[in-house]
Amino acid sequence: MDDLLAERDLVLQAFWLTIQLAVLSGLCSLAFGTVLAAMRVGPISVLRGAATTYVTLVRNTPLLLMFIFVFVAAPNIGWFVGTPFLVKGVIAVSVYTSAFVCEAVRSGVNAVPLGQAEAARAIGLTFGQTMTSVVLPQAFRAVVPPMASVLIAMTKNTSIAAVFGLAELTFRMRYFANNSADDTTIFLTFALLYVVLVELISAGAIGLERRWRAAR
Amino acid sequence: MAADALVALDHVDKWFGDLHVLKDVNLAVRRGEVVVVIGPSGSGKSTLCRAINRLETIDSGSISLDGRPLPQEGKALAELRSDVGMVFQSFNLFAHKTVLENVTLGPMKVRRTGRQEAEQRAMELLRRVGVDSQAGKYPAQLSGGQQQRVAIARALAMDPKVMLFDEPTSALDPEMIKEVLDVMVDLAQRGMTMIVVTHEMGFARTAADRVLFMSDGAVVEESTPDEFFSNPRTDRARDFLGKILKH
Repeated sequence: MDDLLAERDLVLQAFWLTIQLAVLSGLCSLAFGTVLAAMRVGPISVLRGAATTYVTLVRNTPLLLMFIFVFVAAPNIGWFVGTPFLVKGVIAVSVYTSAFVCEAVRSGVNAVPLGQAEAARAIGLTFGQTMTSVVLPQAFRAVVPPMASVLIAMTKNTSIAAVFGLAELTFRMRYFANNSADDTTIFLTFALLYVVLVELISAGAIGLERRWRAAR
Repeated sequence: MAADALVALDHVDKWFGDLHVLKDVNLAVRRGEVVVVIGPSGSGKSTLCRAINRLETIDSGSISLDGRPLPQEGKALAELRSDVGMVFQSFNLFAHKTVLENVTLGPMKVRRTGRQEAEQRAMELLRRVGVDSQAGKYPAQLSGGQQQRVAIARALAMDPKVMLFDEPTSALDPEMIKEVLDVMVDLAQRGMTMIVVTHEMGFARTAADRVLFMSDGAVVEESTPDEFFSNPRTDRARDFLGKILKH
């Protein structure tokens, strides 16, 4: 415990980096995943095919592979050279997570009755307007719990960044564990920080569900 | 085919797989005319109604609106649909939007009307159909009859050239049917061009200029309501009327 307190700045910095990774990756994944979902349910077959291929490729490969690609392989072919580690970490996690976000959003789209889109088209909305004004808002309302699960898994997945030199929570935990005998305290401390972060997502999801209940 | 027709269907055919759901349908609806389409379930009435704003595509023939043929999917079709009001059997109000937002969405997104103007007009329409006191509620908090009247206001907010009603009262309790039909009769009296698929024979008698009787995908009889109800020409129509007017 003394070690942790003596170097609490390191712990807090690590916590802050994990928060940054989680928040930035979360936003990017939600945005890109939603675009992918719209492509998959849209009328343009080229886009449908592209999005389907993306999901098949990315969802079926391990996240570690994505990290190795972004941090090791991509710079060899001239991509992401000199890109900050945080950005690379966000890219790896977002590319991976957006495939799962896409499928969660798509299940929500399928849960919206067809009549909603028909009514939107009948008043003259274009496909894009129908999606953004009518279908997607209702799809999101329908998939709050699974989406929370996706984001929780993503938050814990940011720990893989530790292997690639990002001094986030898991990286720091290993550092303290290597330099101290008080392993249980160290484990509990870092585990608790993850729990706090993930509980924030759960609380947010519960709040949204409650707020949106009337409007479904 | 009449040149002054607002809605014109010319030799329209449609199949669902092997099923021939629309058989050589011809129809010309004049401005201000109220056409009621009746017939047994599965006779193609709803498909006909939905084909007019291309919610269903057709396999051959042509449909034109105000002299313009229906465009392919895309911006031009969206524009055309904004001139055609549609009222569905299951209301289809946007579940995540309030009554007021349901009515203002089209004008604001499609016609680019400002919020204030759109809301003012929406309140006028909601008052006209008698649900202005529910403007802040969500559809799920309204009765079926109220929801359908909001749906009519939502369609009217686009100032459509023609209104399509696809069995608007079939999902309603008897007492709510009247409140929706009253709104529709009022609309007919104000000169709105209407195509109404319905089982409400009372409405057909009071408001229709013309009755179309469909059976197995074809229009088998077309006449004034008086003539149709008192003196149906075909056996199929006599049989149908005999069944529904008995009780």
